[in-house]
Amino acid sequence: MENVKHPLSKYLREDRMPHMWCPGCGIGTAMNAFMHALEKSGLEKNDIAVVSGIGCTGRVAGYVDLDSFHTTHGRAIPFAEGLKATKPDTKVIVISGDGDLMSIGGNHFIHAGRKNMDLTVICVNNLNYAMTGGQVSATTPVRSITATAPHGSFTTPFSLPFLAEASGAVYVARWTVFHIRELQKAMLEAINKKGFSFVEVISPCPTLYERRNKMGDGLARMKFYKENSIVKNGADTKETNIEINKPFVVGKFIDIEGKPTYLESMNKYYDETFQCQLGYKTYKGTRYSCNISDGGVSEGCMDD
Amino acid sequence: MKADPKGVMTGTHYLDGDHAACEGALAAGCRYVAGYPITPSTEVVERFAGRIPCVGGIFMQMEDEIASSIAIQGAVWAGAKAMTVTSGPGFSLMMEHIGLAIMTEVPCVFINVQRGGPSTGLPTLPAQSDMMQARWGSHGDYEVIALCPNSPQECFDLMITAFNMSERFRTPVMVMMDECVGHMTERVVIPKAEEIEIVPRKYTKKTPAEYKAYLPNDNLVPEMAEMGKGYNFHITGLTHDEKGYPAMNEESQKKLVSRLINKIQNYKKEIILIEKDGLDNADVAVLSYGITSRVAEKAIIDAKAKGIKVGKARLKTVWPFADEFILELSKKVKAIVVPELNAGQVVREVERAAKGNCEVISVPHLGGGVHRPEVILDAIVKGAQGGKR
Repeated sequence: MENVKHPLSKYLREDRMPHMWCPGCGIGTAMNAFMHALEKSGLEKNDIAVVSGIGCTGRVAGYVDLDSFHTTHGRAIPFAEGLKATKPDTKVIVISGDGDLMSIGGNHFIHAGRKNMDLTVICVNNLNYAMTGGQVSATTPVRSITATAPHGSFTTPFSLPFLAEASGAVYVARWTVFHIRELQKAMLEAINKKGFSFVEVISPCPTLYERRNKMGDGLARMKFYKENSIVKNGADTKETNIEINKPFVVGKFIDIEGKPTYLESMNKYYDETFQCQLGYKTYKGTRYSCNISDGGVSEGCMDD
Repeated sequence: MKADPKGVMTGTHYLDGDHAACEGALAAGCRYVAGYPITPSTEVVERFAGRIPCVGGIFMQMEDEIASSIAIQGAVWAGAKAMTVTSGPGFSLMMEHIGLAIMTEVPCVFINVQRGGPSTGLPTLPAQSDMMQARWGSHGDYEVIALCPNSPQECFDLMITAFNMSERFRTPVMVMMDECVGHMTERVVIPKAEEIEIVPRKYTKKTPAEYKAYLPNDNLVPEMAEMGKGYNFHITGLTHDEKGYPAMNEESQKKLVSRLINKIQNYKKEIILIEKDGLDNADVAVLSYGITSRVAEKAIIDAKAKGIKVGKARLKTVWPFADEFILELSKKVKAIVVPELNAGQVVREVERAAKGNCEVISVPHLGGGVHRPEVILDAIVKGAQGGKR
């Protein structure tokens, strides 16, 4: 048995197992789907970078055997923007939770969408801040009990597909961790998509959100997802609100082609503006440059 | 290694400090800037945005200073030399990411063109009131490097020093300008590219199997690995071990934080830059930095005309602090006069380092303008009359 390996072990830092997620948590399932999507994408490991923020899902960056960055709370997206703009050939994927990406980091999310930054954002939405003990987040449904809403939450949550579409995302899908195949497919499509792509993964937090709201264990939640997910591809994202203990819509909502990314817009504009100017070359990324420079991408000087 | 000529605008120019700082960054090899507009620093990024398409690089205007201060770190890991630029309120927003850059050892540069505070304060008027924030503003224990230019020429020169030190020590370097230095226009001489010495990024030559992301070299600085070359490195702001993996315990904390402090403390001689004049046989020393040194110059001339033996010491490097220099100086003079555009910040360090050997006279000025030279002169006269020896 000693030679038996996980079929996706090449993407895993096995020296960091076991992971720190609770029994019944959906993040491991989401990460599994993500690794399947990577495998199917055909991308070389060296062409992928993973960026996470802080929180339970933020720990994904620590478990994938790729160039991976565990950044600050809410700021994975702007970090990823700097990474991508400097090395545009890399597929940069942001994986983090609802507290991180949508609550503290919501401003970065909408601006990255507006600019159509060429990033894939995967948000594992467990409807609360899990790492810090289950507080109310920007996605917590009204009337949910949380650590900081002990009498029930009363603020309107974001509907993430609606927010993503309004911000300018070119790909928007939502599935639960029950929908493993659909999740893998959505992640693969998002990864292959040029521009700002977004996948929401509805996931249980049995230790905190589900326990406080008497929703049962991880398995009970799977049954709930199975019975209450309304698959509606192409649904209007205005219909994707999540209410406590009520059915909700899943599916692929947005998938559009041809919208120029941030760098494509910049290059198109600058190519026209700087046409005959000395020194101008279409931007293809930048590396620390030295006196052996060649356009935007400077090689050499690594061996100094 | 010599500078990339594409970024070097060789010649004699008439530039303000903000523009000169931008040229310094370009000459130093900076090809990525993320920024957010804020007076009186915006001219730095405005010039960069104009210049960079034909130099070969990128400027990104972000949604806030929080985003700017972490986007540059993504850029550095992807291979660029990068900086961000701000003033007081933006500097406050950047504090967490200065900590991230220190913890994850990211070579990058932060410019703060200081204005009066607290809060929105005096957007268009000078101060030096972020000096302690530069040292202690982010949470936790750490050392920083902060440089303080006093002219547009020095804005250019010290930007190159800042980028070089950031690579040498793998740490963020702060360039603490002020509104006066940022907006004063003077002659700036930019040398030829082959006359500008640049510290290259030292990427590891180890194989991925041998490489550990945070295993320090003899000089306590670990080697960086290039992204996308099979190293599959992990970077975290959590306390980490030599592999870069989270290791949250007393032992790892002590080992990591001590190294982050010692990699700078043990090499202070390389970092501390001080301009000294007339300190031998002086009764009084005027210790200043940034724009305040320009006003102090007049006070020193006037004091000498009165027959007072006065010398000057100007800190080009404010952090890490020149403890040893101040201690030696305190044994030779009656008094050290410390004028600053704040309520008295760096003077606390002077008092600490002087260990009571001489009188330390603070000359505070709350900003909005600079000192009158007479105020500094009065302090020099007082120091010459009194003092402990």
